Amino acid sequence: MKKLLSGNEAIALGAYHAGVQVATAYPGTPSTEILETLASYEGLYVEWSTNEKVAMEVAAGAAFGGARAMVSMKMVGLNVAADPFMAAVYTGMRGALVVVSADDPGIHSSQNEQDNRHYAVMAKVPMLEPSDSQEAYELVDWAFRMSRQFDTPVLLRTTTRTSHGRSVVDFEPRERVPVALAPLTREPTKYVMIPAHARKRHEVIERRLVELAEFSESFPYNRMEPGDRKVGIVASGIGYQYAREVFPEASFLKLTMTHPFPKRLVQEFAREVGAHGRAPLLVVEELDPFLEERIRALGIPVVGKEAFPPTGEFNTDVVEAGARKLGLLPASPEPVPTPPLPARPPCLCPGCPHTAVFYLLRRLGFFHSPPTELPAERSALGNLQRVGLVIAGDIGCYTLSVLPPLLAMDTQGCMGASIGNAHGLSKAGIPNKVVAVLGDSTFVHSGIPSLIDVVYNRGSITTIVLDNGSTAMTGHQGHPGTGVTIRGETTHALDYAQLARAVGVPEVYEVDAFDVPTLESTLRHCVESNVPSLLIVKGPCPVHKRLTGEALVVDRETCDGCGSCIRLGCPALALEDGHARVESPLCIGAQCGLCEKVCPQDAISALVRDGHA
Amino acid sequence: MPKTDFIIAGVGGQGVILASDLLGDLAIATGRDVKKADVIGMAQRGGEVVSHVRWGDKVYSPLVQKGGAEYLLGLEKLESARWAPYLAPSGLAIVNNQSILPITVSSGGASYPPDEALVGTLRARTERVFVIEGQELARDCGAAAATNMVLMGYLARFLHLEQALWLDAIAQRVPKRFLEPDQRAFLAGWQEAEKAGAHP
Ligand SMILES: Cc1ncc(C[n+]2csc(CCOP(=O)(O)OP(=O)(O)O)c2C)c(N)n1
Ligand code: SF4
Repeated sequence: MKKLLSGNEAIALGAYHAGVQVATAYPGTPSTEILETLASYEGLYVEWSTNEKVAMEVAAGAAFGGARAMVSMKMVGLNVAADPFMAAVYTGMRGALVVVSADDPGIHSSQNEQDNRHYAVMAKVPMLEPSDSQEAYELVDWAFRMSRQFDTPVLLRTTTRTSHGRSVVDFEPRERVPVALAPLTREPTKYVMIPAHARKRHEVIERRLVELAEFSESFPYNRMEPGDRKVGIVASGIGYQYAREVFPEASFLKLTMTHPFPKRLVQEFAREVGAHGRAPLLVVEELDPFLEERIRALGIPVVGKEAFPPTGEFNTDVVEAGARKLGLLPASPEPVPTPPLPARPPCLCPGCPHTAVFYLLRRLGFFHSPPTELPAERSALGNLQRVGLVIAGDIGCYTLSVLPPLLAMDTQGCMGASIGNAHGLSKAGIPNKVVAVLGDSTFVHSGIPSLIDVVYNRGSITTIVLDNGSTAMTGHQGHPGTGVTIRGETTHALDYAQLARAVGVPEVYEVDAFDVPTLESTLRHCVESNVPSLLIVKGPCPVHKRLTGEALVVDRETCDGCGSCIRLGCPALALEDGHARVESPLCIGAQCGLCEKVCPQDAISALVRDGHA
Repeated sequence: MPKTDFIIAGVGGQGVILASDLLGDLAIATGRDVKKADVIGMAQRGGEVVSHVRWGDKVYSPLVQKGGAEYLLGLEKLESARWAPYLAPSGLAIVNNQSILPITVSSGGASYPPDEALVGTLRARTERVFVIEGQELARDCGAAAATNMVLMGYLARFLHLEQALWLDAIAQRVPKRFLEPDQRAFLAGWQEAEKAGAHP
């Protein structure tokens, strides 16, 4: 049967058919749909874990117990999970463990562009790289079998385009074969890594690596595709597909198991296409020169990154430009110029519960903002305004507050870093007041240990948790604060205020995200106090809850076009010939009403005024 | 079977992905190879969305090349113009006559280009540009939320495939309660293309 599946759906289907018993993940683009798809099947255990480290530990534990387990995450998730990952490399497992790392060349929705193929080298584990959904489907089954055969975690590395791209998968619809758990035995020398045991296991790993290297030489998806012997191309993952478009006639070595690197196969290919005597081999791979360096180390002339860039995502045009640079294609005609068009950057949605916090932080004296922006009646805040605020941000929808018009974030690098960064900024002795802002899912993911650190080390920063009841950025998944599991069962909902009090935060407040005056006074109080504080800002994500409402209306007579509401950055508001206007299909109405609340002229309301409807 | 590349561009919430999924289903139903890539930025709402769909005997890249798209379906005018460089010189552009202001415009930082500039960008590449009143047609047939289906119906008229195949694909894809209005909107688009004499 043929179906158009994304790579992620294909991985889920492949895992299901391969008998996966336990699947874990923390959401992250472009990996999220793997677990979401698996959760639509019965007969296996699935969970959104608190973070990737926990996800890896749960999956590894299941594999210790003899199960076929899979854990999936975006590439930076593997940084978080690196410790238990390396531990599983040492112990091996009775069942099987497949680790899916979804990389994001082009940084569609990430904070960096790291190439996780290097993890396979460090961990000395086998790595498979699908180049379309059909391969993704088939390789999962291979990954489970290899994990059992070699007693090692197997890394399945995708990229945004292989994870999200859709292509035809031809598969046998079949019943899932129930797999019995491998019997449990006590083997402390294998599963308890005291130094004496770990030294022995390291030797096992090295022997395993030699066996895997042999396996890779004859892995059926590492294959030569003979063609014109004048051009020999080595490619893997999605790069292979673009290279195939640009060089339809060339000879190809398509590598799918890229670690351990199949040296003899590459040497044989180089001999086939005469790479030593004639033109060098071309390597088409996204991001780092991973294959290129290994081929060069074999003494084979090779061209890669000098033609095909180490940054950004590839496409056929990029590969074609590289071929032109190398003189393999004629120079291109001049592209037809297009007039500059206004960008359409992402922004917080209408009715977003994050908006008011950042609007107020900026108004409170964010250090980039010109002091004139503060209304005169707030001169009581003069002191604070002069000192200003530094806002250590974090990752989620709310990171968009860095863009105009909110302009209210100063740092953001990786998930959960806001609190630690803020504490460090403050301990460095900068003159500004420091605030950490992070989402609820991010707080639970990796913010809590830092909050404990602040209290323990007598810090003084303000922490704001944006509790929108959702992991919104990645598509509204549940997390331990939401009280619902991935399968929709009710469970305990973490109480952030109680938690903060338990770890010793002296000042803890919970405020409604749309109660502007209380939010502002509480914020000011927290920032001015010299003890650690936690402010929990509560408001549902309207997209998650599918909230709609009667649009607000601007009275054009009263509106003097001051732009106070526009500075909220709400996409439902526009400034048009000197007056604000509400784009009615987008506005969710009075349940948000932020523009009404910040308008100094009282020109916006839910009521349709006589004559001005 | 010749290669056929499509670009469908619009704004979050306009139904770009559903429209391109239908093209994927139709390819499978007619024995073609197909690949598709959706590019959705960080925005939940309001950001740009584009789908690349490629039909052929054997398709490698899921992404369309610049100048390679035989068909450009634009659900919003600014986004249609943004993808103009992807249109093949002899290609066909179908543009929904709707403007959705990006935040850069609504916050007063930039202005929304006039129609002449947007549609002109497409006309500079091909004579075959059709601007249609998608929202109005959708509303008139009682399916206000199905502008994407009107556009798909219009496009489908050019693709030499039986109407029944399309209606079937829609039935497979959309939830029951939307099926009837969605199919009606599709047919409205199909008829509009015929009325305009805009068929091959
Ligand atoms: C280590 C790591 N894992 C996952 C992600 C993907 N990711 C980006 S933001 C985010 C969570 C957002 O949730 P929350 O903090 O609640 O903010 P919201 O988007 O709901 O505003 C996730 C999981 C990431 N960037 N880094
Ligand atoms: S999806 Fe929800 S949390 Fe994210 S920007 Fe939109 S309203 Fe805000």
